[in-house]
Amino acid sequence: MPEIRNMTMNFGPQHPAAHGVLRLVLEMDGEVIERADPHIGLLHRATEKLAESKPYNQSIGYMDRLDYVSMMCNEHAYVRAIEMLLGVTPPLRAQYIRVMYSEITRILNHLLWLASHGLDIGAMTIFLYCFREREDLMDCYEAVSGTRMHATYFRPGGVYRDLPESMPHYQPSKWHNAEEVRKLNENRQGSLLDFIESFTDRFPVAVDEYETLLTDNRIWKQRTVGIGVVSPERALQLGFTGPMLRGSGIAWDLRKKQPYEVYGQMDFDIPIGTNGDCYDRYVVRIEEMRQSNRIIKQCVDWLRKNPGPVIIDDHKLVPPSRVEMKDDMESLIHHFKLFTEGYCVPEGEVYSAVEHPKGEFGIYLVSDGANKPYRVKIRAAGFAHLSAMNEMVQGHMLADVVAVIGTQDIVFGEIDR
Amino acid sequence: MTESLETFASRLQGRFADQISVCKIAHGQVTIEISPVNLINICQALRDEPAFSFEQLSDLCGVDYSTYGQAEWETQDTTSTGFSRGVYKGVFHKPEAGEKHNIAVVYHLLSLKHNRRLRLRCRPESNPPRISSVINIWSSANWYEREAFDLFGILFEGHPDLRRLLTDYGFVGHPFRKDFPLEGNVEVRYDPEKQRVVYQPVTITNRVLVPKVIREDNRFKTGDS
Repeated sequence: MPEIRNMTMNFGPQHPAAHGVLRLVLEMDGEVIERADPHIGLLHRATEKLAESKPYNQSIGYMDRLDYVSMMCNEHAYVRAIEMLLGVTPPLRAQYIRVMYSEITRILNHLLWLASHGLDIGAMTIFLYCFREREDLMDCYEAVSGTRMHATYFRPGGVYRDLPESMPHYQPSKWHNAEEVRKLNENRQGSLLDFIESFTDRFPVAVDEYETLLTDNRIWKQRTVGIGVVSPERALQLGFTGPMLRGSGIAWDLRKKQPYEVYGQMDFDIPIGTNGDCYDRYVVRIEEMRQSNRIIKQCVDWLRKNPGPVIIDDHKLVPPSRVEMKDDMESLIHHFKLFTEGYCVPEGEVYSAVEHPKGEFGIYLVSDGANKPYRVKIRAAGFAHLSAMNEMVQGHMLADVVAVIGTQDIVFGEIDR
Repeated sequence: MTESLETFASRLQGRFADQISVCKIAHGQVTIEISPVNLINICQALRDEPAFSFEQLSDLCGVDYSTYGQAEWETQDTTSTGFSRGVYKGVFHKPEAGEKHNIAVVYHLLSLKHNRRLRLRCRPESNPPRISSVINIWSSANWYEREAFDLFGILFEGHPDLRRLLTDYGFVGHPFRKDFPLEGNVEVRYDPEKQRVVYQPVTITNRVLVPKVIREDNRFKTGDS
């Protein structure tokens, strides 16, 4: 009689559905998974150790590179931790800008999640649809910070600069003739706020289109309903946060429960699921996009009516403007000190958490009174989610692993740090 | 959050009395320090007693306090040759033989029921640092403890699968300790003669662009730190 053994299989690290560099060692009994052992760290850059060797402001750019699909939300947690230690509060307008951009980032993240999750389990069109809207949001990033991804826009004390009065325009090229370019530039004639407002008007229709493609789609439901079910008790035990926790039916959202910035003034709802499976988490994230759209609308309205400073007026923390620097001795000194030495943060420790699109993103910052952080610990939401991989895929088929990886919304930048 | 932080802190002290060595409120956050001996009892109580019910372990990490408060560049005092100038090496702590480590484990707990956070700090005495695993209280401790073991060399007793998590297969050392150089010890390259990837000592040196400076600055004293 032949001996029957389980088969061990390597999934990744080079696999298009592994969302980066995940190596999964799967112990298979035929098509069924007995045990999954994720091997991570292939993208480990020791961000936390690097941050310990740099002045505070120089690490903001590293935060963008953690979860590289929701850049500004990472910055937000880090900048807020510094502000809590310093005891400074950004001006109200800066808080609205931060909230608006956090929500733009949430949509940006969920669109990429939906696109790649769809693509992984066999829906091609949704990918193209999502990237159409993502393009516009990337333009919002570009207009405000000059870069489409790694913005470094949030600074301790506010945001780097005010919203611009004009949007960048497309130029005719060998791919787009003058007529096409005119069409592309149609909603870019006004300010950035006009552009964002026109986006918020268009976006609910776009979400309806995604839902037409997927929500009642028979194939989509077959691949997601009843897959990767997590009970609310287990979700709490496993450290789940964000849509993963809400998909299991726990209404927990830091924006509502521990409001920071101006989330307390915003009118929005928290969607929750009931079954805790991949389908529920899909529905939760779709609804979150609609709610984010509502928040952006409220921020646009407020920002139109209330001009004002966007960063605190303290040159011990914030560099003076170029003009001031050129003809004022004191400003020049401030500028020089800030860029050669930075600022010293009083001794203490603080944990600042924000509701990141993926869950709770926290920065634990320890300062010993120097111009560099003594210890930075990044609490990444995806890390806790991926550690539950074994539990979520046990007893499922190999093809369902891809659905579970998709539903966890994994990005290796933040897991490996 | 209906109850004030002060009453919460006094409730903690009332319940655990002499088991808590330090209880501090700063920046609206409560920190308690406990001895590793009481860790499991306290954690179990914090999770199960309805008055606390910390259902979730948000985060667990190691902190190496061995260079805490040491600056690279003296800015207060001057010598006959003036202020000190350049810095070529970062704060690099070389432990002497038999020196005690100064590593702490920090736990961040979250109670959804009471909408409250709590920070626990525990300083294991033994060398290498040893501490009980909390994996049976919060499942999420699994990878956090593996990470802390990998980066700081903290041994979690009772952890079923304490393997390295983030570093390379066959990595030597614990990179987040303050005695581990920023540039590392080894680098890899492809050796065309041996036709494989080889490890060799690092060829880069650490450059300190901005020295670590500690300045007394009263402007940002928040009063509660």
